[in-house]
Amino acid sequence: MIRLEDTSGHDIAAAIAHERHRMGSPTTGMVLSLLILTDETYQADATAAAVASAREHPMRILTLIPRPGGDIGRIDADISVGGDDGPGEVAVMRLRGDRSDHANSVVIPLLLPDTPVVTWWPGTAPVSLAADPIGSHAGRRISDVSTLAEPIEGLRIRRDNYQPGDTDLSWTRLTGWRSTLAAVLDRPVGDVHSVTVTAPVNNPSAVLLAAWLAWALDIPARLVPGSGPGLNAVALSIDDGTIELARPDGRMATLRMPGVPESPIALPRRTIADLIAEDLRRLTPDEIYAEALAAIDRVDIG
Amino acid sequence: MNPLRDTRDARLPRVAGPCAVVLFGVTGDLARKKIMPAIYDLANRGLLPPGFGLVGFARREWADEDFAQEVHDSVREHARTPFREEVWRQLSQGIRFVAGDLADPQAFDRLRETVHSLDAERGTLGNHAFYLSIPPGLFPTVVSQIQQAGLAKKPPGAWRRVVIEKPFGHNLASAEELDRVLADVFAPDEIFRIDHYLGKETVQNILAVRFANEMFEPLWNSRYVDNIQITQAEDIGIGGRAGYYDGIGAARDVIQNHLLQLLALTAMDEPLSFDPRQVRQEKEKVLAAVTVPRDIDLHTARGQYATGWQGGVPVFGYLEEPGIPADSTTETFAAIRVDIDNRRWAGVPFYLRTGKRLGRRVTEVAVVFKRAPHLPFASTSVQELSDNALVFRIQPDEGITLRFGSKVPGVSAMEVRDVTMDFQYGDSFVDTSPEAYERLILDVLLGDPPLFPQAREVDLSWRILDPVLDRWSESGRPATYASGGWGPASAYEMIARDGRTWRRP
Repeated sequence: MIRLEDTSGHDIAAAIAHERHRMGSPTTGMVLSLLILTDETYQADATAAAVASAREHPMRILTLIPRPGGDIGRIDADISVGGDDGPGEVAVMRLRGDRSDHANSVVIPLLLPDTPVVTWWPGTAPVSLAADPIGSHAGRRISDVSTLAEPIEGLRIRRDNYQPGDTDLSWTRLTGWRSTLAAVLDRPVGDVHSVTVTAPVNNPSAVLLAAWLAWALDIPARLVPGSGPGLNAVALSIDDGTIELARPDGRMATLRMPGVPESPIALPRRTIADLIAEDLRRLTPDEIYAEALAAIDRVDIG
Repeated sequence: MNPLRDTRDARLPRVAGPCAVVLFGVTGDLARKKIMPAIYDLANRGLLPPGFGLVGFARREWADEDFAQEVHDSVREHARTPFREEVWRQLSQGIRFVAGDLADPQAFDRLRETVHSLDAERGTLGNHAFYLSIPPGLFPTVVSQIQQAGLAKKPPGAWRRVVIEKPFGHNLASAEELDRVLADVFAPDEIFRIDHYLGKETVQNILAVRFANEMFEPLWNSRYVDNIQITQAEDIGIGGRAGYYDGIGAARDVIQNHLLQLLALTAMDEPLSFDPRQVRQEKEKVLAAVTVPRDIDLHTARGQYATGWQGGVPVFGYLEEPGIPADSTTETFAAIRVDIDNRRWAGVPFYLRTGKRLGRRVTEVAVVFKRAPHLPFASTSVQELSDNALVFRIQPDEGITLRFGSKVPGVSAMEVRDVTMDFQYGDSFVDTSPEAYERLILDVLLGDPPLFPQAREVDLSWRILDPVLDRWSESGRPATYASGGWGPASAYEMIARDGRTWRRP
């Protein structure tokens, strides 16, 4: 790792290139630049998760940590390239004092030429992701409302300001559930009349799952409180009774449906690295997320 | 139409519908090292349905639990994704075993009862895939047993599929005989022939690179291409596969299926769409245009590896391998030149070679371009420049190499030498991407056929290879070649006759 103190975006870019050459591999095959905008609370975990997913998506990871306050305006950066951490390039930058307002100017010389840019806010995100100066570089913008004090309010803000390219990790967390439910409805089960999702209160993923089902099946949806961890159950009422997918322990779910023997289904909660890797697989607008987001008011959140 | 499946929903994976796989040959290497681990990996990736069953059939006195333990061990040892107890619990609920002999009709009655009870207990909805991981000599027996036991009859809305592995016969006549045996019981679209090369990401990438880009296809013809070399080399010998390998040989084992499929993908015209029928049509067209040289002796080569050294380690010769007769004429190295008689490829030789105990393990397709028609440099400046080449590295080190001339840095005269530009899949590409068998087994369960050669492609391949094999069979013993090199002298001679040389892969 290289530490640069009181530096600039240009010097950081030169240091990364120099390090690449020193290792004898100036060509790298990077597929994207990932901007992580975060405070100290999330920076270490978020950067580590991005480094892990760089095994699947070789990328330049640029973690920006604004540190407003203080008299001294300067930028410090920690850089690491390749090696045991995987194929990615990582620069973790602290923008101190007045520099904290100018993250955008730091980033511009660091973006890989002519490759997609993704921005990720692991904690607090701006009201409009697309209108944010950092977000405006990106074709894909990832927020995570589950880290907020008021996650459901966070979802409403995401909905009110949605632009194509936005997505949220509380939606990504649902892929396993959604895939299993879709597989269940691959069988002929007749009409679905309503859905109930059981989850701890204030769980934004539960709201999105209920909203998605309400939208896709055009049925009423409601939440009931559960004990966690994460989502506990989804129940779909059909003519013959109820289809229930229940996961009491955050790992193993059980599928119960009329006329079919009960079956266990592995549905483990996933790591942030897995979620980010999934999000980076496709950089086109996440249209179904937009549909679910638009339907959150259809959910009776009790 | 399932309202939860929206074509815009790119996050949802294709998950197989409820079904059961009936596996014959569960104790074989392929089943233990590839098929059963791949089924676990699919479950671990969430791609198997809640109602899934795996039924083993073998001549062992096993209960369901014993077979489950067998699957468990093979998964622990060979699966690519981490072992997770909860995934195993999900999978093991659907594991059943039927003990019996392939020739015993009662065993197949028990098999029928087992899959029927699985339909009820696990909700597999009567969809069954029969995976014949057994020597092809047993196919007629098994297929007729399946039919007589009523296992091939499907309830309305359900499907039946049969999966077979190479070799698909040992010549055209036997391949056609195999087709007849299968066609008695299964429809053509119910027969899935596995050529695991076609499940490899790097092989599918040949089509992506050719047809998704503008910069390669204009060069993809006899005006710019000098020759194409397709190589599959292994550094190991035949290992414990003497019984399978002797009498089959390198040409039948590799050229007939893998290399001719690679040739088809490299040389075919653009399909109208990626609809399986369209892709198959183009592959069949190009295979039908393939011709072998009139004088086979001059344009082919074969050999057997001799006792020697490989990478500094002493190794046996083929004839000294356990289980190989001392007078075996089976070739462990085969190279042939073929031509494609169409407008795009007339005059461009395709060299196919494969062998065991060669210099290193590598599979690649190299498109070698012609030299520039005029070089405006002093002849000394371009002495070090060889032909431009585009190489698809199929395995290992998966990626693409482009070789071209570039200036040697320095203030002295203009000097040009070869440089290479490499595209490499991510470092851990091999770990994170699905294994070929995962992809192919999932495609079988989804009923998605584009990656499976159909009878006509197999027959066309044998039509290409048969004259070569006939000629070889009347030419006595193949020459020997030193282990650890790149094949017999005749291989170098055959290509030198055309004024060309092999790439060192």
